[in-house]
Amino acid sequence: MGILRHRGIGWRSPLICHPRNGILTVQAMISATGDLTILPLLPTRVMSMACFSDSSILKQFLFSLLEATSLILVLYFIAVYYAGHSNGRKTDIAWHIAIMLLNPCLVLIDHGHFQYNCISLGLTVAAVAAVLSEKELLACFLFCLGLNHKQMTAYFAPAFFSHLLGKCLRRQNPLLEVSKLGLVVLGTFALVWWPYLHSMEAFLRVLARLAPFERGIFEDYVANFWCTTSVLIKWKKMFATESLKLFSLGATISSCLPSMVQQIWAPSSQGFLYGLLNSAFSFYMFSFQVHEKSILLPLLPATLLALEEPFLLKWITLNALFSMFPLLCRDKLVLPYIALSALFILICHHVPDRRQDRKETRSFNSFMTTFLVFCSVVLHGVYLTMDPPSRYPFLFEAVIMLLCFSQFMFLAFYSNAKQWMLLKHTILMDKEKKLL
Amino acid sequence: MSELLWFFGVAACVKLLLIPSYHSTDFEVHRHWLALTHSLPLSKWYSDETSPWTLDYPPFFAYFERVLSIFANLIDTQIVHLQEGLNYSSDTVVLFQRITVILSDLCLLYGVYRLTKDLDSRRRISIWVLIIWSPMLVIVDHMHFQYNGFLLGLLLMSLSYLEEGRDLMGGFVFAVLLCFKHLFAVAAPVYFVYLLRHYCWGGFVRGFRRLSVLGAVVVAVFAAAYAPFVYHGQIQQVLHRMFPFGRGLCHAYWAPNFWTFYIILDKGLAFFLKKLGFAIQIPAASFTGGLVGDSSPFAILPQITPLTTFTMVLLALSPCLIKAWRDPRPGMITRWVAYAYTCGFLFGWHVHEKASLHFVIPLATVAVQNLDNARHYFLLSIVSCYSLFPLLFEAQEYPIKVLLLLLHSIIMWLAFSAQFTKEETAPIKKKVDQLEKRSSNATAKRGEGFVIGGVEKSYLVGLLAVEIWGQLLHPLLFGDKLSFVPLMLISIYSGLGIMYSWIWQLRWIIRSPNI
Repeated sequence: MGILRHRGIGWRSPLICHPRNGILTVQAMISATGDLTILPLLPTRVMSMACFSDSSILKQFLFSLLEATSLILVLYFIAVYYAGHSNGRKTDIAWHIAIMLLNPCLVLIDHGHFQYNCISLGLTVAAVAAVLSEKELLACFLFCLGLNHKQMTAYFAPAFFSHLLGKCLRRQNPLLEVSKLGLVVLGTFALVWWPYLHSMEAFLRVLARLAPFERGIFEDYVANFWCTTSVLIKWKKMFATESLKLFSLGATISSCLPSMVQQIWAPSSQGFLYGLLNSAFSFYMFSFQVHEKSILLPLLPATLLALEEPFLLKWITLNALFSMFPLLCRDKLVLPYIALSALFILICHHVPDRRQDRKETRSFNSFMTTFLVFCSVVLHGVYLTMDPPSRYPFLFEAVIMLLCFSQFMFLAFYSNAKQWMLLKHTILMDKEKKLL
Repeated sequence: MSELLWFFGVAACVKLLLIPSYHSTDFEVHRHWLALTHSLPLSKWYSDETSPWTLDYPPFFAYFERVLSIFANLIDTQIVHLQEGLNYSSDTVVLFQRITVILSDLCLLYGVYRLTKDLDSRRRISIWVLIIWSPMLVIVDHMHFQYNGFLLGLLLMSLSYLEEGRDLMGGFVFAVLLCFKHLFAVAAPVYFVYLLRHYCWGGFVRGFRRLSVLGAVVVAVFAAAYAPFVYHGQIQQVLHRMFPFGRGLCHAYWAPNFWTFYIILDKGLAFFLKKLGFAIQIPAASFTGGLVGDSSPFAILPQITPLTTFTMVLLALSPCLIKAWRDPRPGMITRWVAYAYTCGFLFGWHVHEKASLHFVIPLATVAVQNLDNARHYFLLSIVSCYSLFPLLFEAQEYPIKVLLLLLHSIIMWLAFSAQFTKEETAPIKKKVDQLEKRSSNATAKRGEGFVIGGVEKSYLVGLLAVEIWGQLLHPLLFGDKLSFVPLMLISIYSGLGIMYSWIWQLRWIIRSPNI
C-alpha cells in the first residue's frame, strides 16, 4: 500500500499517488467534514460562557479551567462510545459532542444562574465512559469523586450499582469482584473525607448540612410528583416530615426497582445508559427536597443517548427549559434563554437521520408535539406579560409545572419501557446463539 | 436557501447573546441620528449642533435612520427625543438598536446568496461560513456598533450583478451604495473604467446611447438623494459635514496602513539624526499621544496633505485600472474592487481600521477559487481581525474576541482543508477564465491539501507573541508607562500583513493573462 504519513489534517502518501475516486478520497472527505464540526465546538462552549459573566479576567480564567476539565471528560466518553461503532461517521460524532456541550440548560444554569454542575456531571460522564470500556475500578473512583463533589450525583447511584452488580455476578468469582469495587469506593470516600473523619461529631455535622431535611419535601414549584400532586393532596399539611421522608424513600426505591432489576439480570451498555436515565427520573420525581435545577441530572443520560433517541432528547430539553423558565426570569436571563433555545433547536434540526421506522405514529406524534409546543409558547408569553390574579399569585408557575410534569412522566414511562424492550431483544439474541 | 437561513439563524443566536456587551460611542451616534431625523425637518439635519455627533453620512443613510426612528418612536419615545435622549442607554434602546443591526444583516444575506447562486455546494458553504460567520462583522457591527452589514450586502449585490453581466443594475446598486456611505467611492474609478469599457464600448451610436443611459441612472440616484438639500440650499453644508478633512492623517489608534510605517520611519530618522548631532526641529504635536490634530507634522520626511494621499491612492490603483481598461472581464471585477479598497485603506487619509472590512469581505468570495487564494485569505482574515482587537478594550470582552478569532480560524482551516483535498479540476464558475483552470491543475499535480508555508506560520506565531507581549509582558515589565507601545506594535505588525496582501493582490492582477 505505501506508508501514509499524517500531516496536518490531510493525508499524504510519499510513495503512491491517491486514486482520484474510490474509498480513500471518500474517507478523507468524511473525516474532513466531520472535523469541520468537531473542533469549533470546543471554543463555542467557552465563548457562550464568556458572554454571561461580567467579572475579572482571573475569574474567567478559572472558569475556562473548569470548563476544560469537564470538556476532556466529555471527550473521553465520546471516544469510548464510538470505539465500538466501526462505521461511526464523524458528522454523527460532531453532532453528539455539540449536543452534549451546548446543552442549553447546563449553560444557563452553570453560567447564568451560576453553579458548578459541570464538574460533577463531567466526572459522571467519565465514570460512564469507564464502565462502557470495562474499566470498573476507574469508574467507581470517578463516580465517587463526582458524588463527593455534589451529593445530587447520587441520583445515578442505583444505575451504577445495579449494572456493576449484574456484571460481577456474571464473572467467575462474584464475591471477589464485589469486594474489589467496595474497597475502591470506601477508599475514595476516606480520601476525600479525611479532614472530617477525626471525630464522629464532625462527620455528622457535615452530613446534616448535606441533607437538610428541615426544608420540607419540596420548595417552590418544581415539576416532580410531590409538588404537582400537592395541588390536590396537601402533603405538607397532612403528614409530618418524618413520614414524608419514608414515603419519598419508598416511592423512589420502588420506582427505580424495575430498572435496577433489569440491569442486574442482563447488564448491557445500552441498558446501562437507559438505566441511568430511569434512575435519575425516579429520583427527580419522588425524592425529598428536589430543586428545579435537578432536571439537569436526567438530562445528562438523555444527551448520552442522543443518537439513539433524538426525539427524546429534544422533548426532554425543551420541557426542562420550560420548567426552569420562572427561575431564569427571576435571574433576568430571558434573552440568553431565547438565544440558547433557538440555537439548540437549530442544531437539532441537523440531526443525523438514523431511525426511519417510526412513520406510522408520526402523524399523531407531530400533532401532539405541535399542540404542546404551541401551548408552551403561549404560556411563555403569558408569563412574561400578564400579571397573575391576586387570589392565585402562583397560578402561571403551577400551570407550567403541570405541563412539564405530565411530559416528564410520559418520558419516564417511555424510557422504562425501552429498557425492558432491550431485555427482550437480548433474550432473543441469546436464544439465537443457543440455536446456532 | 434554507441552508443559508440556518447559518443566519445560528449567527443571529450568537449575536443575541452578545447584546449586553460593550458598545462604543458609535452607539450614541446612531441613536442621536434617530432622534435628529425624527424630530427635526430635513433642512436642519446637516446643520444641527445639539450633539457633537453630527450627521456625516450621505442622505440615503439619513433616510434609513428616519425609517428606523418610526419604529423606535413606537417602542420608546425617549429614544428619539432630541434633548432628553442624549446619552440614553437603557435596556430598550440597546435592544432596539442591536436588533435593527441583526435584521439589517438580512441584506448581507441576500447579497451573499446572489453572489454564490451558481457555485457548487461545498464552495458555497465555505463562502457562507466565511462571510456570515465573519468575526470582524460581529466585532464591528454587533459589539462596537455600526451598520456595515447591509452596506456590504449592497456591495456584494452590485458585484453579483456585474459578474452576471447585468452592468446597468450593477452600476445602479453601486450608485445607491455611494449615497449610503461615501467611503465606498474609493472603488468608483474601477467601476467607471469597467463600465465604460464593458458596457459602453462597441460602436459609436450604441456606446453613446448606453453611456447616456448609465449616466442618467446614476444622476437619478444622486438626485433622489441630494435634491431635497439642493432645494434648501444646504448642499455646501452637507458636503462640509460629509468630508471632515480637519481630522489628521491618522486616527487616534493607527490603522495598520502605509502611513504607520511612514510615521515610524520619520520618528526613527529624527531620533537617529539627533543623536548624530544634527539640529532637528521636533514638532510639538505627537502621534503617539493619540492626539488627533489638524495637520500631521513630520520632522524629516515631507509633509503629507490630503491631496498627497489622494494621488498616492490613484497611483496605486493605476495598474488595476490599466488592466480593467485593456481587458474588462466580469470574472475579475471582485478582485479589482477589493484591490481598490485595499489601496484606499493603505494610502488614504484618516483611515479607520474598520475599513479593512471593505476588502476582506469581498475577497472571501474569491478565496475558494484555488489554493493560493485560500492561503492568502487565511492569513489576511486573521491579521485584519486581530487588528480590530483594540476596538474592544474592556476585560469583559477579551475572551469573546479571542475565541471568535480562534473559532473562525479553526472553521476556516477545516473548510479549506475539506475543499482542497478533493483536488478538483473542474471549473467552478460559468464565466471562468484560464488562469483559474491552470492554478487548479497545479493543485492537482502537487496533491498537497491545504497547508500554509513556513513564512506564514512564523508570522502567525509572531501575532501570538505580539498579543502575549501586549497583555502579559508589557504590564509586568513596564506597568503603566509607555502604554502606547502595545497598540503601536499591533498596528505595525498587522500593517506588515496587510502590505503583504496588497502586494499579493497586485501581483495577481498584473499576472492575470489577457485574452
